[in-house]
Order: sequence, then structure tokens, then C-alpha cells
Amino acid sequence: MEVREKLAYIIISLLASVAIISVILIFIFIARESLPIFFNPEIKKEANLRVFFFTRDWQPISLIPKYSFIPLIVGTVKVTIVAIVIAFPLSLGAALFTSEFIPGKFREIIKPVIELFSAIPSVVLGFFALMNIATWVQVLFHASSRLNAVTAGFALAFAVIPITYTICEDALNTVPRELREASIALGATKWQTAVKVVLPAASGGVFAGIMLGLARAMGETMIVLMVSGNAAQITLSFLDSVRTIPATIAAEMGEVAFGSAHYATLFFLGLLLFSITFVINYIASTLLERTQKRLRGER
Amino acid sequence: MRFKEKIYLSLTALATLIIIGLLSYIIFDILKNGIGVITWEFLSQPPREGMTKGGIFPAIYGTLVRTLLMLVFVVPIGVFTAIYLNEYGRGSNFSKWIRLAINNLASVPSIVFGLFGMGFFVLFLRLGAGLLSAALTIGILTLPIVVVSTEEALRAVPNSYREAGFALGATKWQVIRSIVLPQALPGILTGAILSVGRGMGEVAPLLFTGVAYYLPYLPSSIFDQFMDLGYHIYIMTTQSFNIELTRPIQYGTALVLLMLTLSFNIIAIFIRYRMRRKRS
Amino acid sequence: MNNKLKIKISVRNLNIYYGKFLAIKNITLDIPERSITAVIGPSGCGKSTFLRALNRMNELLPDVKTEGEVSIDGRNIYSPDVDLVKLRRNVGMVFQRPNPFPKSIFENVAFGLRIQGIRDRERIEETVELSLRRAALWDEVKDKLYKSALELSGGQQQRLCIARALAVQPQVILMDEPASALDPIATLRIEDLMRELKEEYTIVIVTHNMQQAARVSDFTAFFLTDEDRAGMLIEYGNTSDIFTMPKDPRTEGYITGRYG
Repeated sequence: MEVREKLAYIIISLLASVAIISVILIFIFIARESLPIFFNPEIKKEANLRVFFFTRDWQPISLIPKYSFIPLIVGTVKVTIVAIVIAFPLSLGAALFTSEFIPGKFREIIKPVIELFSAIPSVVLGFFALMNIATWVQVLFHASSRLNAVTAGFALAFAVIPITYTICEDALNTVPRELREASIALGATKWQTAVKVVLPAASGGVFAGIMLGLARAMGETMIVLMVSGNAAQITLSFLDSVRTIPATIAAEMGEVAFGSAHYATLFFLGLLLFSITFVINYIASTLLERTQKRLRGER
Repeated sequence: MRFKEKIYLSLTALATLIIIGLLSYIIFDILKNGIGVITWEFLSQPPREGMTKGGIFPAIYGTLVRTLLMLVFVVPIGVFTAIYLNEYGRGSNFSKWIRLAINNLASVPSIVFGLFGMGFFVLFLRLGAGLLSAALTIGILTLPIVVVSTEEALRAVPNSYREAGFALGATKWQVIRSIVLPQALPGILTGAILSVGRGMGEVAPLLFTGVAYYLPYLPSSIFDQFMDLGYHIYIMTTQSFNIELTRPIQYGTALVLLMLTLSFNIIAIFIRYRMRRKRS
Repeated sequence: MNNKLKIKISVRNLNIYYGKFLAIKNITLDIPERSITAVIGPSGCGKSTFLRALNRMNELLPDVKTEGEVSIDGRNIYSPDVDLVKLRRNVGMVFQRPNPFPKSIFENVAFGLRIQGIRDRERIEETVELSLRRAALWDEVKDKLYKSALELSGGQQQRLCIARALAVQPQVILMDEPASALDPIATLRIEDLMRELKEEYTIVIVTHNMQQAARVSDFTAFFLTDEDRAGMLIEYGNTSDIFTMPKDPRTEGYITGRYG
């Protein structure tokens, strides 16, 4: 009997550690493949931090390969900005609407419907964007190319909305009823209560929602691969084609020579992406936790 | 003052409407353009004539098999992780680390999973690029879904049940196995279904772990390469040599994939809804 | 009863339903100005529902239906043209558990002014200080006005909530078991405060603590549920009369501790 209990405990603990081990392995294996950038003298000549951040061109297949991250970063930032600018007001508006302004019965219906958005595979969103959004954007903004940062960002917003909406809505919803009552009893209207009491009280959660939405937009692959145009260029216009970090990895890893400078560089891009989302996620979950504690009245 | 207030309120309603409208429009668009393509032949035949005709059976098959294979790994690991978090390690440091890891896995970009799958499963463990590597990679990606869903279900099991079990002289594992787990079954099921819905639609992690552009035969072992619905949509829309000609196939494939992921998600929502109602 | 006193709130045939369930039944009573009226009774007898009918807070819950009339200064607050925002500014409320906003002490008290669109910094500062003084909290918090209100003790938080209610200059203050979450010393401070406040305000307090009702109130209403669990008014009068010579045997039973 004793032995069985011990065994159960050991097996459960082992399986439970898979998550931790996975994160560590992800880090190790991606770091390992990108290490040559720092230690292999041959590769270091072509691909190093100076090249990544202080040159201007990404042309890994040309005679003299060029590995500047700057156009990729510009592209990623552009699509992310567009996605957040579209997704955030919509998500927060809908979160306020479902959490503050309609009776609970309707919330029970509307919330799962909006969350169903996350059930649409990103490749389907990308396909939809290719067939529809690209045309809308072209007609609306007279863009020279159908596939550009606005199209990609618009499509990305679909991937961001369910995340940001759910986190914001949950945060608003955990604000205790007593605070709303106090505000109403002081003569505040529903809107004043929502904006001056509920929203500030839930601000940590709302901020976490934006951050995680941001992480999703930055890391999304298939949508941008299909509708961003994939041209690595440094321009200011949002109507130019862009190439993002995840799309670059997805498009080029399949054709790269194992162990080459290009290979290590793509892994290094992956490492960069992983580290950024790790940090964002850490900040967001700390914020969420702190907000919840504060709302429970702990200090 | 009151007028302004009404405008603000309407704006939030409008935001909700826009979201739901867009969602419906996406589904409508895919449905409208895809439904005519769906025939028994389309679902049961392989592609023909350089993938400009025929069906998508190998892609359906590959998607289903790799997803089933994923379930075999992700469900036990996810469920036991949740059991540890809720039953054994409440408040322990180990739990905190697990939670941090789960949170993190949930937000790692899917392309990073692809890189990892290639570096670890395909190359380091020498599993090769095939169904198994792909299933394992996607399994890690969907692990948080199973854990979160199971944990919610475990948390909802009243403590009095556990106490009653202990009072009858049952050991901890016996209580978990015979009292807690059966109660949490709908939650575990929800998690498994959601992970299927999510895993089926993922493409980026497959890119370097075994998905194939076209295969003349079905995979016969878990180490074989495979075709996949999501990847099929991607290549048909961007790499096919006659993109306009194959539009119907693209829509048809998108419709099949969308219907699969949507129905799994709707089933999960439904189970969860019934579970919550029963509880309250 | 007291013809000399001016009536502030008059309740006529008040029925409140939650869905189909009748929560309070046919309440009629008059609450005099500048006095403390206590509503006592066992839990679940509709005391809080009654109190929340006086500033129409019940309407925040779904499926609540109110019948009858509640008049404040002779005006029925349930008539359709009543401005809820104005009503609630006129009728302040203090809740069972202290519920300061997660903002600074200053911002908590200033909240009611800010939502009225008052921007005048000096006026806001004046009102905040005055309200905190009236709530007997000024001396304790004047050096930390911009610290979070959540750092105060429970008793201080509750006095802050009173100050917050005072800042919008109501005429009536409703208190829903304001001391039930506090320790005895903090409770006594709140009671002292109430006695000072009744010089200017009409106070209605719900309490399940009979000693408290006896200590602070001028008038007492005793509620009890009937066989359908609907709350009814059993007896209403001068507090001293209710506690020394109750007319109804059920009142006597409750205050002597036979049920509760």
C-alpha cells in the first residue's frame, strides 16, 4: 500500500515536471543551434550581432549573404502596431459591454461566441485575409500592393481579439460588486462607474491583456506568412509589404543548409522571439496576479 | 451629459457587434465558397493532376492521425500535471514553477515550437520528420489547454468528497482515483476536446517536423511524413502553380478544417456550460 | 407617533419581489428628519432589501420589482421622471463591509465630486477635508491623503466610506450593518460618529445587533418574516418604547432573545 502511494506520487510529480522540462529544453535547443553565431569563427564572420543590428539588408540567399534584423524588426513592429490598434479598442469595448452593461444572461451567451474566434485556425484566418481583407485594404487605402502591413495587421487582429477580450473581460468581472455599488450609491452613472472605478481597479488585468495580445501578434506565423507580402524592407509606410521575424523563420528554415550561418541566424531569431515573449508573459502574469491580490484586499 | 453617456454605451455595443459580425462573416465566406466543393469524392480521394483536381483525403487522414497521436501524450501528462497542482503541490515552490512554465508554454509563438520540434525530436532524438515528431511538438503546444481545463474541474470537486474518502480509510491516491477523477471527468474531456480543436489547426509547428507538400501514399508508420489540412491550404494558396484554378479546392479545404475545429470547440463549450449549470 | 417631528421619508405599502418571490410585504412607515432610525430583525427578514429600496439600489439586481411608494421630502422616488443620479446623491449609502475604491484616500472622498464634473481644485480640497473631519478621520489621515485607502484599518476604511458619502452632501444616509465587519472599539467610534451626524442628516441604519440599535437610534422598526418568508414590519416606534415595552409579543420575543 505504502509503496503504491509513493509510486503514484513519484509518477505524478514526474509527469508534472514535463512542462518545466519542456520550457528548459525549448530554450536549450534553440540556443544550442544559434550558438555558432558567437563561437564558430567561420559563421561569426558572416553573421554576428553587429551585422544583425547595425546593417540594413536581409538578403540571406544572395552571393554575399546579408543578415540584418532591422527590416524584419521593422516589419514585425508594423504589423503588431496595426493589430493592436484594431484589436485593443474592439476587445476592451466588448469586454466593457459584456461585463458592465448587459445582464448576466446575455454575457453567458456573448462571451463564448466571441471566444469562438480563437477556434478559427490561423491558416484559415490567413486565407480569409488573402481573399477578402487584402481587397478591402487595397480599395480603402489605394495601396499599391494587396499584401502589406495593414492587411497583415488587420488579419492578425482576429488572432489577438479573443486573447485580449477574454483577459480584459475576466479582469473587469473580478472587480467586486461592492465597488460598483459604492459608486452607484454616490450618484455615479453606469458609464462613470465602469470607467472611473471598475476599469482602474482592473487596470493591471487590462494591461496584461494588451501585453499577451501583443505577444500573440508578434509571434503569429501563418497569417503574416500568407498576407504580409514578405518583402524585407525598411520603410515608414504601413502600406508597403513587410517581412516579419516568424514568417522569415517559417519561409526560410525549410531550404537552409544544416549548420550554416543562415541556419544559426534563423535559430537566433527564434531565440529572440522566445525571449521577448517569455519576458512579456512574465510581466503579464505578475500583473494579473497583483491585480487579483489587490482586488481581494491583500496588500 | 446623458447624451454623451448613451453614445459611449453604444460604442461598446458596436465593438461587440463588429467582433461578432466579423466572426460570422469569416464563417459565412468560407461556407458560401466552400460548400459546393464538398462531395464524397472530395473527402475520400487523393489529389490528382498535380493537385488541381481530386480530393483531400490524405490531408484529412494526416491531420486526424497526428492529432490522435498527440492526444495519447498530452492527455495523461496534462491531467497528471493538473492533479499535482491541485491535489499534491498546493502552494509549493514546485507548483509555482510548473505554473510559470504552463503560462509560458501558452504564449510561446508556434513557430518557436516548430524550431524546437526540429532541433529536439527530429534531430536530437532522431525520431525523424514524421507523424510522431509533429504530434509531440503540437502536444507540448496544447499542454496548457489540458492542464487549465482539468485543474478547473478538479478545483470544483468539493473538499467534503475528499474528506469523506479519507474518513473511510482511503489513501490519497485512492481518493483521487476513485472519487476526484470521476467527478472531474467532464472537465478532462473538455480539455482533451479543446486541445484537439487547437492542435488540428496549427500549421507552423509542422513546417519542419514532417508535413509534406504531396505524398502519393498514406503514411504507414508513425515515423512517416504526412499531409495536413492546414498546410494544404497554405501551399495551395501560395505555392500552387495555378492559384486561381485551385480556389475551389482551397475553399473546400478551409471549410473542412474550419468545421472540424469549430465543432470541437462548440462541443467543449457545450460540455463546460452543462458542467457549470449542474454545479450551481 | 411623533407629530412634532418633520417627516423626511415616508413609505407606503411597499412590496418588493425578487422574480416571483415576495421579499418584503406591505411596509408602511414614516422616518423623521435629523434622527437615527434603526431597522432590526433576524437575518433574511428583508432589512437590507428595505434599506436599498430607499435609494433604489435594488434595481442593480436583475428581476427585482418594486410596488408601492417611497417619498422623500414629499416626492415619490419611484415616479418615472425621477433622476436616479440626483436621488443617489441626495441619499448616501454606507455598506456592510468597508468598500473603499483602490485609489488614494483623497481620491476616494473626491470621487463623488469628480463624477459631477467639478474640477475646481480648491473646492475639492475643501470638501475632502470637511468630509474627513465630519467623519472623524481627518486627524488620522491628514498626513497620508495620497496613500492607498486600502492601507487603512477596517474601522478607518469604514469612516472613509462615510466621509466619501458625506462629500456629495446628501440629506439622508443609509447604513447597511456598517459595523458588522469591525472590532468593538471601531464599532463604538462609528456609533459616536452617527450621533454627531444626526444633527444634520437623516440616518437609517440596518443592524442585527440589538444593543447597537438601542444605543444609537431614536426610532426602531422591527421586521420579521411571515410563513412565506416575506419580510414584514411588526412594530415601529420610539426606540426606548420598543426595547422597554414592546406592544407585540413577537417583538418582545426577539429582543429578549427567544429567536434571532
